[in-house]
Amino acid sequence: MPSESVDLLPRLGAFARLLHDAGLEAGPRRLTDATRALGVIDLKQQGDFRNALRSVFVSRKEDLPTFEAAFDIFWAPPDPRASAGVIPGRSRALPLSPERAKAWANALGLNASQMNREQNPTEFPARSSGYSAEELLRHKDFEEMTWAETEQVRRLLEQAPWRVGERRTRRLRAARSGRIDLRRSARHAIRSSGELMALFHRKPRVRRRPLVLICDVSGSMERYSRLLMIFAHAIARREDLEAFVFSTRLTRITRLLRQRDLDRALDSVSKGVRDFSGGTRIGDAIGDFNRHWARRVLGHGAVVIIISDGWDRGDPAQLSAELIHLRRSAHRLIWLNPLLGSEGYEPLTRGMAAALPYCDDFLAAHNVEALDDLGRLLASLPPSRGRSRGASRASLTGLSRKVAPREAAGRMGTDG
Amino acid sequence: MSAPLAIEDIERRLRERRYIGDRALATSIFLALQLQKPLFIEGEAGVGKTEAAKVMADVLGARLIRLQCYEGIDLAHAVYEWNYPRQLLHIRLMGEGEDRKVAEREIFSSEFLLRRPLLDAIDNDDATPPVLLIDEIDRSDEEFEAFLLELLSDFQVSIPEIGTIKARQVPFVVITSNRTREVHDALKRRCLYHWIDYPDLDKEVEIVRARAPEAADGLAREVAALVQGLRGMDLYKVPGVAETLDWARSLAALGATHIDSNLVNATMGAALKYQEDLERVREQVPALVDKAQRA
Repeated sequence: MPSESVDLLPRLGAFARLLHDAGLEAGPRRLTDATRALGVIDLKQQGDFRNALRSVFVSRKEDLPTFEAAFDIFWAPPDPRASAGVIPGRSRALPLSPERAKAWANALGLNASQMNREQNPTEFPARSSGYSAEELLRHKDFEEMTWAETEQVRRLLEQAPWRVGERRTRRLRAARSGRIDLRRSARHAIRSSGELMALFHRKPRVRRRPLVLICDVSGSMERYSRLLMIFAHAIARREDLEAFVFSTRLTRITRLLRQRDLDRALDSVSKGVRDFSGGTRIGDAIGDFNRHWARRVLGHGAVVIIISDGWDRGDPAQLSAELIHLRRSAHRLIWLNPLLGSEGYEPLTRGMAAALPYCDDFLAAHNVEALDDLGRLLASLPPSRGRSRGASRASLTGLSRKVAPREAAGRMGTDG
Repeated sequence: MSAPLAIEDIERRLRERRYIGDRALATSIFLALQLQKPLFIEGEAGVGKTEAAKVMADVLGARLIRLQCYEGIDLAHAVYEWNYPRQLLHIRLMGEGEDRKVAEREIFSSEFLLRRPLLDAIDNDDATPPVLLIDEIDRSDEEFEAFLLELLSDFQVSIPEIGTIKARQVPFVVITSNRTREVHDALKRRCLYHWIDYPDLDKEVEIVRARAPEAADGLAREVAALVQGLRGMDLYKVPGVAETLDWARSLAALGATHIDSNLVNATMGAALKYQEDLERVREQVPALVDKAQRA
């Protein structure tokens, strides 16, 4: 803890660099604010010192644990309980690259393990506890997946001509017809001695619908994961996309995908997602989404796309219940199944059977053509919700391979 | 403003107005006042974000100017609008010729201006700078955020017919968000940030006692414990502090001094707003009640 303000400024600068390395935005503006903030508080109050720096350097909830960990490492004397992970929320795990972690450990006189403690499986939430034996927590390297045509595929996906359909917003713009624009009309009338000579109109502006991608990256989907991530990256570059992946747990990868460079983006996804190629619990993942993300990302008429083969080890009843909920808050719910591309495939897995009745569309996702079909569907979505959602579901035409969900569900009885 | 408030003063005065905050919130408010920066408060629904701004206005003895955001909110609703009907009437009452030229000038004077919250916050003669509450900014859209970014950096507004109006005193700006979407970093960067979490049991009991004094002490504690238990469950919509207060008031209105399974079943709707959640909780009411009574 600082006692002399003389040596505080350089240390504050170093702290800002540590936060920066750990992924927080800690530019000059914030550093200036921090300096000003420390000038007005009583530095002897340890809690205030921490609170002040927090309100300056943090601007989203997700960054709070990183800030606390960085603060502990940088300013607080080492607490054996903290490094042993006894104090929850006081763990010293910082999202630093190994080189940076080492450099910081050297600079601060700590050993690297105190700096960047590896997460161990017991830290994962109780939600997956009954399943952790099968949860294969390992860093699957994308390099090991088939690479040959992916370069070509990537270019195809990035150049795909479709854009997501638009929705009507509540913001109005000038138009030739529509509601009367009282302001402009009156404005004009004032110029002509208060005589209403012309009427101006305005109507709702349209905007592209946001897309939400929830992608299964469990073991059975392994062959498709890399390609689907390339697909997600390609969409993220031109659409308003929120992306999640799940195997046993749901992880948001939106920010990771925002990097322009594909390889770096994929690299951070594989680093950020710890249960690639584990088992699948679709119901849990969708439930997690419903509870923790739906309210944040399903505004503005979002289209939700789930990509999964439907191999589910969870409870089908739970999956149905979660999908019912999800469908109510999404503008449209689309399920992509890579297996749908193989000849003679019938969606007979338990998971698929539970899911089908609640999806608006059920499409293949095994090759570029199938993804183009998806693109055409997305581009054709109407600006406002159709009168009859049920009807539009069965009447999708021109798509190379599809199963009308209700019909397929009707044909199914047994477990796959 | 009179003598600047210390962190302790803010903490105490919030408490005196029955707002149970913590030292971290008081520190954020203190810094926002000192550095004259907007305070961006995030948190789940019903944790007291808006209330913090309201109480702060009272603490400072300032006027509260509130702008409720919604999708499509524009300058006409947020900053100013000309009173067109009045303008038209005025100009039509004038004759032709010189009179009309005068009238045209007149109708673009402040007399014909409808002042909306943001203009009001910038252009006023209040003895104490007002508290400007920009509520639920996550409901507005990017266009409005971009405008706000500009406004918050130089605290001025330009009206073509009148000119640029610059704030003579910087208002204390509080922006709240429920995080239904991510607000742009550029805007957040202009602000100090504070995350309000759900309170722990003791603090929640304190809040219930302060804000729902009609609930008996035993009841206050049990309801708070009950809600704490619900927050640990896997629900679609976790109850906030506002729901705890509603629930405590409902039970007090029924004359209850302690909870039991029947009462909880009958009044659960005060805290849970989804059918699925109600069903899920209903199965576990006896266990939850038992746990809450022992808390």
